[in-house]
Amino acid sequence: MSFLTVTNLSARLKGTGFPILRRVSLSVAAGQVHGLVGESGAGKSMIGKAVLGILPSSVEITEGRIELDGVDLLSLPLKERRRRIGATAALIPQDPLTALNPSRRIAPQVTDRLVDILGWARARANARALELLHEVQIPDPERVLRSYPHELSGGMRQRILIASAFAAEPKLIVADEPTTALDVTVQKQILKLIAEMQARHGTALLFVTHDLGVVSKVCQSLSVLYGGMVVEDTPVRDFFRAPAHAYSRALLAATPKYTDPMASLVPVPEAVIAGVQAELAAFDRGARHG
Amino acid sequence: MADLYAVQDLRLSLPDMTRKPLLGPAPRIEILKGISFTLPKGEILGIVGGSGSGKSTLGCAMVRLLEPTGGHIRFDGHDITHLDEPTLRPLRRRFQMIFQDPMSSLNPRHRVGQIIAAPLRLHGFTDIQAKVADALDHVGLARPFADRYPHELSGGQRQRVGIARAIALRPEFILADEIVSGLDVSSQAQVLNLLERLVRELGLTLAFISHDLSVIRRLCSRVLVLHRGEIVENAPVTDLFAAPKAAYTRELLDAIPLPDPDQVWA
Repeated sequence: MSFLTVTNLSARLKGTGFPILRRVSLSVAAGQVHGLVGESGAGKSMIGKAVLGILPSSVEITEGRIELDGVDLLSLPLKERRRRIGATAALIPQDPLTALNPSRRIAPQVTDRLVDILGWARARANARALELLHEVQIPDPERVLRSYPHELSGGMRQRILIASAFAAEPKLIVADEPTTALDVTVQKQILKLIAEMQARHGTALLFVTHDLGVVSKVCQSLSVLYGGMVVEDTPVRDFFRAPAHAYSRALLAATPKYTDPMASLVPVPEAVIAGVQAELAAFDRGARHG
Repeated sequence: MADLYAVQDLRLSLPDMTRKPLLGPAPRIEILKGISFTLPKGEILGIVGGSGSGKSTLGCAMVRLLEPTGGHIRFDGHDITHLDEPTLRPLRRRFQMIFQDPMSSLNPRHRVGQIIAAPLRLHGFTDIQAKVADALDHVGLARPFADRYPHELSGGQRQRVGIARAIALRPEFILADEIVSGLDVSSQAQVLNLLERLVRELGLTLAFISHDLSVIRRLCSRVLVLHRGEIVENAPVTDLFAAPKAAYTRELLDAIPLPDPDQVWA
C-alpha cells in the first residue's frame, strides 16, 4: 500500500505557461525510499515541493492528484491541506546553513513544529528534542541545543535538520539533495544516518538527488526526470543492471566512477538529447489535443 | 622535465578572528603546516582533501593571492614567496586561475567579450578583439557569445567563459579550484574533456583542486592528498587508486558512493 501517490501531476510557470512538470506519476510505500534523479531544471525538486505544498508562487499546478495517506491533497481547502501536510510530512533541506535561522539557538528550531503544529507543551517538546539529538548521534546534545548554528560544523547542522524532520514522527519525508553541500566522508555518515532513521521509523522517503552513486546506496526505486517528464520509473537494481531509456543510459555513463575512469564521465550525446526533446514535443502536442 | 613549481616547507597561518580577545592580537590558526612538492611542466596535478584540509589555501598561495608565512614557492625559478605586488604583476600573466562559482566570478553587468578582454587590457596586450575571439574558439563557444551576459548562459557555458578568460593570456599555469562541482554530470564531463584538450594543445600545466576523487582519476596524472594542512600522500594517479598508502586516502576512497548497488559500502 503506497503512502504517497502522485498521478498525472502537471505544473507550469504562471504567465509564460512554460511546463515545469509533465504528467508525473509515482508512488512511495511506507518504509520505502524512492529517488528522484535528473539534471538541474529537470523538475526533481519541484515534485518534492509540490508534495509539501511549498511550490514557488510563480508555479501553478494545472492537473493531477497528490494523495498522501489516501487523501487527495489538491481537493482540500488550503488551510486543511497545510495542516495535513504539516502533521504527516517533513523536509530535510539541502543547505543546513540557510535552513537554520542564524540568530536563534538550536533548541527552539527543533521544537517549533512540535509546539506550533502538534500543540505540545514546550517542556515535553524540549525533552523530545534531547532524545532526538541522541538518536542522530550528536555528542553532548545539551550543549548543542543551547548553541547557535554558526558554532556547529556542516555535518552537525545536517544532523540537527534530520532530527528536526523526524521530530513529529512524519509518515513521509522529502529529502532535497541533503548531502550535496557535504564532503564525501561526512556524506557517507549522513546518508547512513538517514537510512537508519528511515528504516527504524518506517518512514516513506522521497529522495531528490543528482548523484546516481547516492541513489544506488539509499533508494529501492527511482524516477529519472528530463524536462519535467518521467522518462523511466524502475527498481534500483534493474536500473543499474540495464537502464531502459537512452537518456538514463547516457546519464549513467556521464556519472564519474573511479573504478572505471575511461567508461565514465562521457557527456550525454547530442542525439540522446534530441531524442528526449522530441519525446517532450510529442507529449506537448498530445496534451494540447487531448 | 623542468619543474614549473617547486614548493618547499610551505606554511601559512591566518588570525583566528573568532577567538580574538577584545584587546590584543588574535591567535594564529595554522592552515598549511609544511607542504613540499614539485610540479613538472605539462603535468596535471590533482589536489584533493576534505573541507578545511587547506586545498584552496594551498592554491591561493601558489598564485599568490595569499602570502605564505613560511617556506618557499618557486615559479619557473623565481622565488615568488614574498614578492611585492609591482614585482609580481608581470609574472601574474603566467599563472591564472579558474574559479568554482562562475556566477560570482563573472561580472553580471559585463558582456562575455568584455569579461575576457579585461585581463588582456590590464596586461597591456594589443589586438584584443582577435584574442577574445581566439579564446572563445578554444573553449568551443561561438563568436556571438561575446555579446551575451553571464545570466543568459547555462552553467557549463559560464564555466567555459571562465576558462576562456584564463587561457586568453596564454599562461603557463592554471589553477582550477573545484570548477566542476556546481555542474551537472553531463556538463561536468564536457568541461573536463575541454580542459584535458586545452592542456595538450596549449602546453599548459594544471593544478586541479577537487573533493571528487573520481574526477581526479579521469583527468590528473599525479595526486596530492591533503589532510589538516599536511600532505598525507603524493603519488601518480594509477598508484594511488591501485594501492593507496595513507589511511586517510583509503577512507576518502571508501566513502565514494559508486553508481553500483552491489558496492560494499559499510
